[in-house]
Amino acid sequence: MSGFRTLLYKEVLRFWKVAIQTVAAPVVTALLYLLIFSHVLENRVEINNVRYTAFLVPGLIMMSVLQNAFANSSSSLIGAKMNGSLIFVLLPPISYGEFFLAYVGAAMLRGMMVGLGVLLVTAWFAPLQFVAPWWILAFALIGGGIMGSLGMIAGIWAEKFDQLSAFQNFLILPLTMLSGVFYSIHSLPPFWQRVSHLNPFFYLIDGLRYGFFGVSDVSPLISLAVSGLAFLVVGAWTLALLRKGYKLRY
Amino acid sequence: MSVAVSIQRVAKRFGSVQALDGVCLEIGEGEFFGLLGPNGAGKTTLISCLAGLVRPDSGQIGVKGFDVQDDYRQARRQLGVVPQELVFDPFFTVRETLRIQSGYFGLRRNDDWIDEILENLDLAAKAETNMRRLSGGMKRRVLVAQALVHRPPVIVLDEPTAGVDVELRQGLWQFVRRLNGDGHTVILTTHYLEEAEALCERIAMLKQGRVVALDSTRNLLERFSVHKLSLRAEALERLPEAITRRASFCEGYLNFHLGHVDEVEPLLAAIRQAGCPIREMRMNATDLEDVFIEVMRGQDESLAEEAGDVR
Ligand SMILES: Nc1ncnc2c1ncn2[C@@H]1O[C@H](COP(=O)(O)OP(=O)(O)O)[C@@H](O)[C@H]1O
Ligand SMILES: [Mg+2]
Repeated sequence: MSGFRTLLYKEVLRFWKVAIQTVAAPVVTALLYLLIFSHVLENRVEINNVRYTAFLVPGLIMMSVLQNAFANSSSSLIGAKMNGSLIFVLLPPISYGEFFLAYVGAAMLRGMMVGLGVLLVTAWFAPLQFVAPWWILAFALIGGGIMGSLGMIAGIWAEKFDQLSAFQNFLILPLTMLSGVFYSIHSLPPFWQRVSHLNPFFYLIDGLRYGFFGVSDVSPLISLAVSGLAFLVVGAWTLALLRKGYKLRY
Repeated sequence: MSVAVSIQRVAKRFGSVQALDGVCLEIGEGEFFGLLGPNGAGKTTLISCLAGLVRPDSGQIGVKGFDVQDDYRQARRQLGVVPQELVFDPFFTVRETLRIQSGYFGLRRNDDWIDEILENLDLAAKAETNMRRLSGGMKRRVLVAQALVHRPPVIVLDEPTAGVDVELRQGLWQFVRRLNGDGHTVILTTHYLEEAEALCERIAMLKQGRVVALDSTRNLLERFSVHKLSLRAEALERLPEAITRRASFCEGYLNFHLGHVDEVEPLLAAIRQAGCPIREMRMNATDLEDVFIEVMRGQDESLAEEAGDVR
């Protein structure tokens, strides 16, 4: 397993060396969202008896976890493919399972670090509760895992950076933005509520909110089941690609 | 002699290109082996199959008895590959790069060996430099170093001296020769045929994915032993056709390819007899380049015959 340890270490070092860009910047972005939206909406909206600013924080945390986990594995893979340095991890005796765990592990770690950063800086603006901390941890980890895997798939599939950003802008960003980061889906018309229930990210955000406030749109057990299943499916898909060597070993 | 690398009927097609077409090779332990061929012959593809970077459509490859697919962990431990492309990871320094590469092979405290490699490749002064700041030649040395971190018994170098200055070439060959002397098997592809001639004990020539010549360097040189005679003479219009037919003209020189030294004297006599005074003359023994050209041309003809395209 030492090949795995080094690969994980390398993947963590890769983002940590440019932490300003990979950890600090997304925290600032989330803070800006919080300041703007809460300024506009704070006195007008209250959801499930939670003040809007406080309601917003878990959504922003989850969005940051998801986007940064995705960004980490996808940009690492496509970067290594494009500059050719991927060969250095393809030549050693590293199994595809270790490969998967290392990339997804590093993606989860970056997601958690950004999520924690968002939590810390927003704590000043919205006093939070932590009703069920284990649920918080579970949903954040599963969210990071799903997106770390999806990032691997995107990074393996894409051949150029613009293909990757298309994936990011037309799939990942809409799905995260429309999953209830900024609103409760109960405020939507019934049709769009049903559509939202098809979005796996909705369950991650709703589940995370349950961890903070003890209230949510759907039961956290259902959210956990849906998110866990999504992770299994995406993870199995990623492992299958790695095993075949799809676009990695010709 | 036991076998270090065994390649059995390996074929690989990329779309419409048959990159490898049933290659069979056995390379002995401790050999210094050359893999030659024109661009696109399939050398890199063959090395990639050996390294598990490319999966052959058919055939078997073993490294020290380990199948590169079924027993890939063991097979890859035996191999150190210096890739043809000048690739590097811009995030790390030279030492970080080598430590990480060691870690991928399960070696955690490898600094003594890393220092020795750095010393031998004249990289010690650059150990803490970021990869981005290195010159092309220095990056090439790091690639060699990376291939050696796990002390692989089989070292594969894919055109390691392409675009590299003379000094590095000398230093690199000295080091690789020493590794070979210590028992490492070395497989080398290169465009510089004089390098192959000087270094390799045995040579395979590849063309369009097939092995078209495979023998010891000495045998190859003997088998294609021709003597090139170049001369400049006057009044060439007087030369009888029997002589001009055997010659090729190039930049004012008459060039003859002779099978044996004994043919030189009668030829010169015939030219003088025709009334053409010889002004300048030189003779070269065969080198690997002649062999290479001869083998590749011979192959052209036999391929053309196969296709029923005899001119
Ligand atoms: N990944 C690939 N996809 C498509 N064609 C390839 C690929 N790799 C090599 N080829 C083709 O296979 C042939 C052999 O290439 P290569 O092994 O690189 O030759 P060499 O190293 O002898 O110059 C060439 O025609 C090349 O274009
Ligand atoms: Mg090549």
